[in-house]
Amino acid sequence: MSRLAVPKTYKLFIGGKFPRSESGRVYEILSTKGDFVANAALASRKDLRDCVVAARSALSGWSGATAYNRGQVLYRIAEVLEGRRAQFIEEIVSVEGATAAAAAKQVDDAIDLWVWYAGWADKYAQVAGNANPVSGPYFNLSVPEPTGVVAVIAPQSSGSLLGLVSVIAPVLAGGNTVVAVPRCDAPLTAISFAEVLATSDVPSGVVNIITGKPAELAPWFASHADVNALDLAGAGDLDWVDLQIAAAETLMRVLPPVEGVPVASLSRLTAFTETKTVWHTKSLI
Amino acid sequence: MSFLEYAPAPESTGILSLRENYGHFIGGEFVDGSGESFASISPSTEKHIATFAAGTEEDVNRAVIAARKAYDGVWSKLSGADRAKYLFRIARIIQERARELAVAETLDNGKPIKETRDADIPLAAAWFFYYAGWADKLDYAGMGANPRALGVAGQIIPWNFPLLMLAWKIAPALAAGNTVVLKPAETTPLTAMIFAEICQQADLPAGVVNIVTGAGATGRAIVEHADINKIAFTGSTAVGRGIARTIAGTGKKVTLELGGKGANIVFDDAPLDQAVEGIISGIFFNQGQVCCAGSRLLVQENIHDEVVDRLKTRLGTLRLGDPLDKNTDIGAINSKVQLERITALVAKGEAEGGERWSAACEIPEKGFWFPPTLFTGVQTSNTVARDEIFGPVLSILTFRTPAEAIAKANNTPYGLSAGIWSDKGSRILAVADKLRAGVIWANTFNKFDPASPFGGYKESGFGREGGIQGLSAYLEGGVR
Repeated sequence: MSRLAVPKTYKLFIGGKFPRSESGRVYEILSTKGDFVANAALASRKDLRDCVVAARSALSGWSGATAYNRGQVLYRIAEVLEGRRAQFIEEIVSVEGATAAAAAKQVDDAIDLWVWYAGWADKYAQVAGNANPVSGPYFNLSVPEPTGVVAVIAPQSSGSLLGLVSVIAPVLAGGNTVVAVPRCDAPLTAISFAEVLATSDVPSGVVNIITGKPAELAPWFASHADVNALDLAGAGDLDWVDLQIAAAETLMRVLPPVEGVPVASLSRLTAFTETKTVWHTKSLI
Repeated sequence: MSFLEYAPAPESTGILSLRENYGHFIGGEFVDGSGESFASISPSTEKHIATFAAGTEEDVNRAVIAARKAYDGVWSKLSGADRAKYLFRIARIIQERARELAVAETLDNGKPIKETRDADIPLAAAWFFYYAGWADKLDYAGMGANPRALGVAGQIIPWNFPLLMLAWKIAPALAAGNTVVLKPAETTPLTAMIFAEICQQADLPAGVVNIVTGAGATGRAIVEHADINKIAFTGSTAVGRGIARTIAGTGKKVTLELGGKGANIVFDDAPLDQAVEGIISGIFFNQGQVCCAGSRLLVQENIHDEVVDRLKTRLGTLRLGDPLDKNTDIGAINSKVQLERITALVAKGEAEGGERWSAACEIPEKGFWFPPTLFTGVQTSNTVARDEIFGPVLSILTFRTPAEAIAKANNTPYGLSAGIWSDKGSRILAVADKLRAGVIWANTFNKFDPASPFGGYKESGFGREGGIQGLSAYLEGGVR
């Protein structure tokens, strides 16, 4: 090929913007053949804290949006991802060393996962909530509500796109906002995926993605008082019990590590919800 | 001097037939403990009630072995319908022995007999009756077909609603097919031991329910035991944190019902007669020793003075005294330790500039008592607006707009309960949406029902007790 390519600068995704790490640090991403692909931003504690601030500010808007609206936004992610299918296949082949067929399947699965969770957005409350027949003149209703700001460590050795989507989609469908650390050695798809999010009507700050080392970042999540839940899906190789112990300080909700890519399930969605029960008096007539 | 004189109307303790010494209840029998013993006293008279065994690690281990044996050998093999029948039996025997249980609870806990008689004991029976019916319907528990029990549950309960908390723990656990090791609080073990007799009367298979008495060390032995699959705890946030740390990485399921600093929001269009009663039951029910108490009153500024005046008038009519007297509204504080904590926090409230008012009650010479108390002029940063007092102390703050009320209500690491008083349904629902609390009472307060899930957001813990959610807390798996 005679044309000189224009490579992309991969940065972070915080509050709807694409900043470099405030630390100025980067790390090399190589192809499976050992060729230089890009420098990824190596996020710091400060970047992480900025993400939590962004996620907290975005929470009331996102959790307060109608469930129908959230469902449409998640479906829109699937649409935009579908349109950039080829790009993701190419990135996955290059960095993960997957075959084109395997890469295509991963992208297709990720798209389908968004469609599946998008459909839950306006249904899970009907399945996980209920009216309660209490003994007295009260209207009594239990509804699941988002837990709040959720930090996730994406799977570190499975498909870089599918792994990330598997952990952030259920969190978003429940109305939470999220700060995600993608697969460390293959973070480029995550940042390209952030471009999808940025053009899919996802409000700024609802999803924040920082590339870097889970071992460095995860402890700052676990001890952050403004993080409500911590999904350790991809933290199996870390000292994750220590993370869970640190998270106990604020009674943070913690999901333990899983092998591979988490299976799509309603329980993964409801794990990041809290049941609120409202009693309302009925008058005597 | 009360505003009306009533002759004393004490409930007789003659209905009780207590033992002088209680051991643990393990494998269906009362057995001696391997450690020291401790006395439980009546907080209203400081008189000795009975002696109980301080459970050791060895005792806890015996109980867990009995529970595991019962789980593997009997309970997990029983049909749901038969488990249900045992639970129905228990519910019925609690109803039959309700008066005895109410008197025992009041004697041991210090709360008024009208509360144990009308709330604690009937609700405990209702809890067993509700969950009994679930035992053969687990496929409908929201987890898909064939959900499984977890195994042995370790359960640690507080002293504020001794038998009711036991029912909250044991009924769903057994319905779901688990066996249990339960530790009552060290100041209120009495009704748990009467419950053990009830298990015997119901012919519940040996080892399905095991009760080990003791204090913190006994609780730790339960939490740390390797052969326990589920921990359910109700108590302080500090202890809850410790439990969350201990079980980290073990895969044990956990339910934590912890502290609270509930906001009770009164808008200026509220039905004030009802609101005043609701504010009072919200904080003075059970002497305020309630994790979901409405301990922060947020009253709209323009009705502040009127509400405070009405509260003082109404509180002046409450009767503090012998908890066994049917006319008593305010009983004793559960223990000397708790009284000291309340006293210290109230002193801090005064030192930080809050204006204290206490009802002019005659305080009995013996026992642990604290008069119903209000703090006005409270700032959000004051200790009495932030810390859980767990006593009959109401902190009063004001707000102007719904947004301010919501912000103040949510300005706490806790998130257990909240109340909203307004005549406007649309406002109630909008405010309820914004409150970060697990239970919200609108134009009522402190209502409990076995069908209604209870539990907190944030540092008030996780998991729910009651309702279908409380059942699934004792199940896993299931094919959806």
